[in-house]
Amino acid sequence: MKKSNELRRYDDSARMNHWVIALLFFLAGLSGLAFFHPSLFFLANLFGGGAWDRILHPYFGLGLCVSFLGLFLRVKHENAWNAQDKVWLSGAGEMFKGNKAAMPPVGKYNAGQKIVFWFTAASMLILLVTGVLFWHAWFPHFPIWARRVGVLLHALSAVVLVLTVIVHVYAAIWVKGTTRAMTRGTVTSNWAKMNHSLWYEEMTRK
Amino acid sequence: MTMNSSLDIVARSATTTPSPSVRQGVEVAKLIDESKCIGCKACQVACSQWNDLSDDIGTNVGVYENPLNLSDKSWTLMRFSEVEDTKGAMEWLIRKDGCMHCADPGCLKACPSPGAIVQYANGIVDFQQDNCIGCGNCATGCPFDIPRISKKDNKAYKCTLCSDRVGVGLEPACVKTCPTGAITFGKKEDMVAYGDKRAGELKERGFQTAALYNPGGVGGTHVMYVLKHGDKPELYAGLPANPSISPLVSLWKGTLKPLAVFGMVGAIVAGFFHYMKVGPVEETEDEKESA
Repeated sequence: MKKSNELRRYDDSARMNHWVIALLFFLAGLSGLAFFHPSLFFLANLFGGGAWDRILHPYFGLGLCVSFLGLFLRVKHENAWNAQDKVWLSGAGEMFKGNKAAMPPVGKYNAGQKIVFWFTAASMLILLVTGVLFWHAWFPHFPIWARRVGVLLHALSAVVLVLTVIVHVYAAIWVKGTTRAMTRGTVTSNWAKMNHSLWYEEMTRK
Repeated sequence: MTMNSSLDIVARSATTTPSPSVRQGVEVAKLIDESKCIGCKACQVACSQWNDLSDDIGTNVGVYENPLNLSDKSWTLMRFSEVEDTKGAMEWLIRKDGCMHCADPGCLKACPSPGAIVQYANGIVDFQQDNCIGCGNCATGCPFDIPRISKKDNKAYKCTLCSDRVGVGLEPACVKTCPTGAITFGKKEDMVAYGDKRAGELKERGFQTAALYNPGGVGGTHVMYVLKHGDKPELYAGLPANPSISPLVSLWKGTLKPLAVFGMVGAIVAGFFHYMKVGPVEETEDEKESA
């Protein structure tokens, strides 16, 4: 139950959607990294060896993209870029120093979060399209040049996605009081005032 | 599938440490003299017989190729090209297609599975199907469109240059069976010399552009051709004039991937140290009380 000094940030379905994405990201990510570089091939053992890893990876990826689509549609409007985001971004250096007070007030998402969101969406779209190009089990007839382009772009966008998720997870660990938004669905009023003051005002005005 | 225990390995797919390579190997090569080939397909039969392969019975679509294309069970194939020369006369060009056993193999470079593709010191590039995971990247990396993925077991197959025969001092089965002597086998340097000599003879007989096909873009090959029209290899069912590993494959596999691994690990390490230096962003106690 939500207490008086708490604000609801995510409802149950948004949170479950997020965690399905998170689990599938790790399944798809770890199974895919096995093919990325010889130093990571040992990860294939987590999935029953190289052949099983090759069989499973595309299904994990497909599931990831489908489940992300749900969250994408849910929060894309709240991630639209606006003029305040530019101001926030120009002051991002202060944010890195932990100087929260120097940052301009933001709504539900700050510019950094929005960038994470759009990078995730873009890289996942590229991963989906290029992955189909060399999913041999179902699509064996794409020309070799298309598969070459596909493999390269797939790996590049996978790196972008992994780096983006590292930033996303780190930000949640770094800014205290954040993870409960996804584990419990609520945040404290203090947290909201401090990190998303415009959203706080919007929520308390209701 | 081979007896790699008796052959030295100089390169191994998805492997970053040296391969077992203390023994000395002599580079071998197969030379296919297109001008001597009569298109009898005995090489295809010998290949099937030695390797215990029997391709599915296909359908006749009115061309000489049989089967129509390379497959997991057909590792070599005579390709027939009808070409009009400058005087308007028809010429029938026949090329025995199959793995070229590149010195710089694109399949091996593209393969993500350790030891699924090996290159022996004698130059033979061989697939180890028990290590193959069936991803198809070898076909993506190959400049000659050779590897085929089996629908039965999802493993990649291609000509082994009879590495099992060569390993015990025999020539490949296709060489043994060729009735016209169009296919010869021996030390790479001898085959290059012999191929150059044959190209010279063909020039004397009026084929001004005859040449040995041993393309430098893939470091040379261990299967070479003597071509009457050495200036236009494409005439021979699209044999590439300047084959090389696609930069999409080599740049990514060679340079960018290690850097990307470094970048991803680096991002995690950077995050760790950022936290230790700056500390967490916390809710202030005062505000908590006032709320």
